[in-house]
Amino acid sequence: MTSPLRIMIVDDEAPARNRLKELLADCAASFPHEVVGEAANGREALDLMSREPADLLLLDIRMPEMDGIEVARHLLSLPQMPAVIFTTAYDVYAIEAFEVNAVDYLMKPVRGERLLGALQKARQNRPPGPDQLQKLAQRPRTCLSVQEREKIVLIPVNEVIYLKAELKYVTIRTLEREYLLEESLTNLEQEFMDSFIRIHRNCLVAKASITGFEKVTEEGEEAHWEVVLKGVEEKLPVSRRQQYLVKEFEK
Amino acid sequence: MPSINQNAYPGALPNFRNLGILLRILLLVNGVCLVAAALKSASMQQALQEFTTIAALVEPILILSLLVLMLANPWLGKLPFYRGAVIVVLLELALTTLVYQLGASFFGSGIGSLERLWLFCLLMTAALIVYFNMRSRLLSPALAEARLQALQARIRPHFLFNSINAVLSLIRSDTKRAEIALEDLSDLFRVLMADNRQLSTLQQEVDLCRRYLNLEQLRLGERLQVEWHIDNMPRDALIPPLVLQPLLENAVYHGIEPHTESGVININIFLRNDQVHVVLRNPYQREGVHHAGNKMAMENIRERLSLHFDVEASLTATVRDDSYQVHIIIPYLRAEK
Repeated sequence: MTSPLRIMIVDDEAPARNRLKELLADCAASFPHEVVGEAANGREALDLMSREPADLLLLDIRMPEMDGIEVARHLLSLPQMPAVIFTTAYDVYAIEAFEVNAVDYLMKPVRGERLLGALQKARQNRPPGPDQLQKLAQRPRTCLSVQEREKIVLIPVNEVIYLKAELKYVTIRTLEREYLLEESLTNLEQEFMDSFIRIHRNCLVAKASITGFEKVTEEGEEAHWEVVLKGVEEKLPVSRRQQYLVKEFEK
Repeated sequence: MPSINQNAYPGALPNFRNLGILLRILLLVNGVCLVAAALKSASMQQALQEFTTIAALVEPILILSLLVLMLANPWLGKLPFYRGAVIVVLLELALTTLVYQLGASFFGSGIGSLERLWLFCLLMTAALIVYFNMRSRLLSPALAEARLQALQARIRPHFLFNSINAVLSLIRSDTKRAEIALEDLSDLFRVLMADNRQLSTLQQEVDLCRRYLNLEQLRLGERLQVEWHIDNMPRDALIPPLVLQPLLENAVYHGIEPHTESGVININIFLRNDQVHVVLRNPYQREGVHHAGNKMAMENIRERLSLHFDVEASLTATVRDDSYQVHIIIPYLRAEK
């Protein structure tokens, strides 16, 4: 006998959360479960996940600050990704993407029998993977996330100074400290190309953090450029291929 | 007036108290005079001279006509189109005769024959009436289309489904509120599906907005705060229906929904110098993702305002520090009791 499924409801509208609770209560007899928590936005949900881990999340897509799809992407950094069922009132783009990528979703107002069907399916199906979720995303994430001591730590993208690839990991540098992220620099470059530029094969720098460039000459070596950063002492080398950036910056 | 044959357009005289209409009449009449002068003359200088002579006679008639038409406008507007048109033509002929006689007594008979003037006046008046009638006929399908657009684009499907969802959530726990919410929703859709070519009153439009905001309040709770400043609002002012509501919908969609903390929508309606000012303000974050829907709603409203009020209405949108403001100015036209 499996233990009852632990469910979390995430929606910014209180009536929508109540409605889902009512419907879940209706199908409690045929589908044993337990509602372990409710969250009104993405951050709350991720916070709650570390205290009350759920097996399944009912995730609203359109929420203030962090949308449901980004929440799901951060959940990926947990050792065990929970199942997710997205909910939406109306979003042509999202629905198309769900169909194409075979990710579970429910349309609000949700019907009882649909909910039950989705719950039963979620038990068997594997949760969406990173590639699937990336395809669903309509905009870059607002935060990067790493897991530390069973907890998801969110790092707002606008606080990141640079991203540097090192062996298996990418180092995230903020004013305060460094984090290790398990993602590919190429994917990060694609997602954040509006706010970051590549200065070297292994390094992306936040455009907002660049204060200038310096020419460095070392004995026995060719002169090269380095990026001067806002707030940190460290300087980063610009590769020969990316030297045109220096000229562009001077304009 | 409801008619059995919906396709028959009854025709209408223009609103002679509208600045745009008056300007059009002035420009067209003077334009025709200029062309007439040019045709009669051999050189540019001669044409100008000729124009001055014609203008000396035409301008007084024109100005006097406009004044009389402005005064008679409410009465003319109530007449059936053909009777109104005949009366305007007769009125013009009478005014022409009057000015001609006055002119003749001052300057002698050097100003040409009266019959020629009658013919000019008759043709000009008829041409103008036909022009204005054609114009409103052309614009009338645009209004019908605007209505359709209003239905398709103004109320976001997103809002409809979320509202229905909110009502569903109330049915078991708070039947009374669920009832009120459904009544609000049906009132809203009654207006959306109505024939919106007729002007509505400011009071009706404000009532509609309240119903809409009640529904939004239901789902957004404390996040949505509304401040009304409408103590000096002229309740009987005429306004095209569904001008304020879509703007409020924008305000909620872009100003309130993207934030977790609560935000205030400020609505200020007042009368100044015989103009009705409507000022809507909502919080706004620049980095918020903007949708094309917003621009479309604005264009639609601007179009409908100009159809009804021509150049006398304006709509301006300004972004300040962290707020977004829409300012509408329309002439104060009173609804008949």
